[in-house]
Amino acid sequence: MRNILFFVSRPVLSMLLALLLSACVTINIYFPAAAAEKAADKIIGEVWQLEENVEE
Amino acid sequence: MNRVFCRFLLLLIVLLFLPHAVYAGANLEVNTPAITSLKQSMQGRHIQLVNYYENGAVGFTKDGLLALRDANVVPLAKRQVVNGLISAENQDRNLLYREIARANKHPEWEKEIRATFSQRWIKLAKTGWWYQGAGGSWSQK
Repeated sequence: MRNILFFVSRPVLSMLLALLLSACVTINIYFPAAAAEKAADKIIGEVWQLEENVEE
Repeated sequence: MNRVFCRFLLLLIVLLFLPHAVYAGANLEVNTPAITSLKQSMQGRHIQLVNYYENGAVGFTKDGLLALRDANVVPLAKRQVVNGLISAENQDRNLLYREIARANKHPEWEKEIRATFSQRWIKLAKTGWWYQGAGGSWSQK
């Protein structure tokens, strides 16, 4: 039984690991659109001295 | 064998939470000395440029820059000044987009950052200011 677990779980676990690792990489490379929009609004607010940004 | 399995399990748990940790930190870095100095330079220029946004001489392009939209509303003597303002502003904007991408250690994000800014400049522009649509034609807010 232990032997079966050993042989079944190793490939399954390696596959899961590979999947998770690729998920990490994907998230890391993915462009953070919402954060970029927030950053753009902040910079534009400062450059144009918009009142909405003064309170922030 | 059991120990190996436990280690795998532990690693799995750690890896499961890792993406969340990375994602939680998804705030763009915009506080570098280079970005601050670009902002200041653009802020000073805006006081002059705003007149030309209002009279429609200058409009916002779809690639996050400025362009001379209607030279006829600018007196001849002032045309060189306006062109100088536009090219200086565009230089700063290009540097700004590149610098934000670099400050966040993803130089390849420059294009997306430019696209985001392009939308936000237009979105935050005041009524009456001109901008370029996706097709390249000018519209007024």
